[in-house]
Amino acid sequence: MGSPQDQSNSTSTAASAIAAAGEPPNRMLQFISFRVGDQQFATDIMAVREIKGWTDTTTLPNQQEYLLGVLNLRGTIVPIYDLRCRFGLGLTTASRSHVVIIVSVLDRMIGLLVDAVSDIITVSSSEIRPVPEMERATNTEYLRGLISVGDSMVVLLSLETLFSQSPQMDTSTLAA
Amino acid sequence: MNETAFGANDLDRFRATFFEECAELIADMEARLADVATHTVDAEELNAIFRAVHSIKAGAGAFGLKQLVSFSHGLEALLDCLRDGRIVQDDRISHVLVRAGDVLAALVDAAQGRGALPDNFGADIADEIEALLGDGKRGSVPMPTAAPLPVLSVTGPATGQHRYTIRFRPLAELFRHANEPLLLIREMKRIGTLTTRCDASALPALDALEPEDAYLAWTFELVTDQPLATVTEIFEFVDSDCALDIEQLEPAAAVTASTAAAAETPAAERQIPGPGHLDATNHQPNAHLTPAPTAVAKQPATGRSGSANASIRVDLARIDRLVNTVGELVITQSMLTQQLLEQGGIGTAILRGHEDLSQLTRELQECVMAIRMQPVKSVFQRMPRLVREIAAKLGKEVELVMSGEQTEVDKTVIEELADPLTHMIRNAIDHGIEDPETRRAERKPKVGRIELSAAHVGSNILIHVADDGAGIRRDRLLKKAIEKGIVPPNADLLDSEIDELLFAPGFSTAAVVTDVSGRGVGMDVVRRNVNALGGRIQVQSTPGRGTRFTLVIPLTLAVLDGMAVAVGAERYILPLTSIIESIRPDMRHIRELTGGGQVAAIRGEYVRLIHLSKIFNVPDAITEPWKGLVVLVETAAGGKIGIVVDELIGQQQVVIKSLRENFDAVPGISGATILGTGRVALIIDIEQLPTLGDRRTRQRCDDGSSVAGTRDRPSSAERPTGAVAPPLAATG
Repeated sequence: MGSPQDQSNSTSTAASAIAAAGEPPNRMLQFISFRVGDQQFATDIMAVREIKGWTDTTTLPNQQEYLLGVLNLRGTIVPIYDLRCRFGLGLTTASRSHVVIIVSVLDRMIGLLVDAVSDIITVSSSEIRPVPEMERATNTEYLRGLISVGDSMVVLLSLETLFSQSPQMDTSTLAA
Repeated sequence: MNETAFGANDLDRFRATFFEECAELIADMEARLADVATHTVDAEELNAIFRAVHSIKAGAGAFGLKQLVSFSHGLEALLDCLRDGRIVQDDRISHVLVRAGDVLAALVDAAQGRGALPDNFGADIADEIEALLGDGKRGSVPMPTAAPLPVLSVTGPATGQHRYTIRFRPLAELFRHANEPLLLIREMKRIGTLTTRCDASALPALDALEPEDAYLAWTFELVTDQPLATVTEIFEFVDSDCALDIEQLEPAAAVTASTAAAAETPAAERQIPGPGHLDATNHQPNAHLTPAPTAVAKQPATGRSGSANASIRVDLARIDRLVNTVGELVITQSMLTQQLLEQGGIGTAILRGHEDLSQLTRELQECVMAIRMQPVKSVFQRMPRLVREIAAKLGKEVELVMSGEQTEVDKTVIEELADPLTHMIRNAIDHGIEDPETRRAERKPKVGRIELSAAHVGSNILIHVADDGAGIRRDRLLKKAIEKGIVPPNADLLDSEIDELLFAPGFSTAAVVTDVSGRGVGMDVVRRNVNALGGRIQVQSTPGRGTRFTLVIPLTLAVLDGMAVAVGAERYILPLTSIIESIRPDMRHIRELTGGGQVAAIRGEYVRLIHLSKIFNVPDAITEPWKGLVVLVETAAGGKIGIVVDELIGQQQVVIKSLRENFDAVPGISGATILGTGRVALIIDIEQLPTLGDRRTRQRCDDGSSVAGTRDRPSSAERPTGAVAPPLAATG
């Protein structure tokens, strides 16, 4: 996969479309895309609160491996998750060049450690392709859809389901 | 006021404000009525109670709360009669006053939608008040909603007329309290013939005019058939916000307003000017600028000294924001300090300036924290009513003695105190205090006694709830605990351990589950509430003599006195209030138990050791207690545990941040804080540590070897390494 910046030239045009009221069938949607390993992922731009460089976290005891700990975001304690580890690709060796995307999920602020933020993608809702049925062993719950950008594929994440599987979270309350 | 400008939101807000005020007024009234049974209420108190009832009535009228209006109206009439001596306070009156206060509070609650009341609620008291008023040789009192009195069109002094000279100089406060001289003038005009002179001599040039200040004064000549008291009453709500001098010219003896709360004031003439009357006098401010010749009496505001400790009402959310921001400021400031020190080579001027800044920041933080502090009185005040209600329901006689109501504690803590206290007092009356016959048989005073006290101990508040009842019936408690399977049938427990069972979940000891308590919510909930506040609760009981609960609760939920400790690369905060001491034990005093547990002999006592590094899986930490440190802490249940850490870093006050805002509860961690470095440090939940340790130990081996199994020489070899702040001796 080439340089992410080259991938979409359809970017940032219909920026105003996102604000349009109502739900027309072909709504324009905007996503932030980011790179983890050699894969591109994206999440709803409206959920993103802030993007910041990596700083050391404080470890929370006895948690999932992909929970790297918490950090201080101007007085708020924010948990930071390692997306690479969450996808089962091993822990990220975080450095200053890594990026934390602060997102708001289910009224909580969480941070996602990614390798780099790539782009803003603007697509119409009809361009989001459903994830094909996979064999049962593959967990696809957190995949919301697939978007083609140029000749590459961006995986649209559903953050709500991505982190609802940690043992601390009561999944039943998040099902709604 | 342009009423059409108020939207539904405004109305809701006014309503909320009204109820907020009601709560304060009722609290104040209850405080004043508290000892009405034993004391004769003096004039000042009566006035204060009267004003409270009157304000509630006025507001209730505005919001159309009919039941509240009619009840407060009756009560107001009674108070009025008491005030001017037409009715003299006796036992019956005292009783009615107290009950009426309770009814009024209940009605306000109901109007707020907290609990429904039957339509005829309080009717018995209202009837009684009516009857008392009948005794006071006045019949029924007209409702305040009655049409305003016809405006008297008296053109000249008639027979039986009084003449008054009224000198009135409003202070700026009068306007700030949303009073309007024009309304007062109209009111006077309504009861007689009024001649008005306005003194505008104090009015400055336009460019020097402060629009919110008061410059005008008036001298009125009022000719009316009304007594002095009626005239005084017009100024009732403003008399502390103005210089007022009312002089009665006929009969000759001039009486001043304050001394002449005269004899035969009818209660009916007090009224609020209706909006329909727009026949205003010409004496609007700056209408004509002829200086009035009469010098205005420079009489200071009389009566209530209310303005001395003036207060404002502030939204709690704003204060929270202020507290948070200042908390951030403190952290940022200490980060800056750290960076300055690391850089080195900084000029002394900068360092000194920085030190000043640091001091100011801390002062600011203290000030902000002080804003949130309130006397526990606001919670304590609710208790006498509770005691009366429950005692009456259970047919017991109980006296509540309170002390330390002025002890201040954070507002959020106060709110959280109400439920536990209510519960404990309810329990004390229901389960503790015996019925009068039993008490007589036991040769105890017929009237049971409950003591509720508060005091400051360090950065905690200590609250006692003690009764002189039967004490904990340990046999019954133990039997029940065995029945419920909480303890094994052959358990041999110490008295204190049995008492602890009170806090076991789902426990109710009353032989009969009553309407009052014992509905499944027990002392376990109280303990949970108290623990949630970072506090502890303990119980002491002597059979036949009574029970005493002791609560130790931090003064504030926002900051914590903590001890920073190092474990490997991690930093944790231990709450200072739980720490007894820290020691470096001798290697010979550490014993491994079969099953993986570890104990230390500390001054002849075996204390279980918990390694933070083990339960939290911290790498590179010291694992031998004799190389690191053991911090001896006391749990809420009174037990001791030794927490093994690498080293102590230092004592510091930390701002408590919630982990749960963005994450879930983490076992063993009660919260987080931000260190001077900007890094997050976790605050240890001491109460949870033993269970965490248990879980890990049990995984390895389920052999419950007893601590007493190991014997070791008691020694004095422990080297105290800097004893920290003394633990609060929670229960003496």
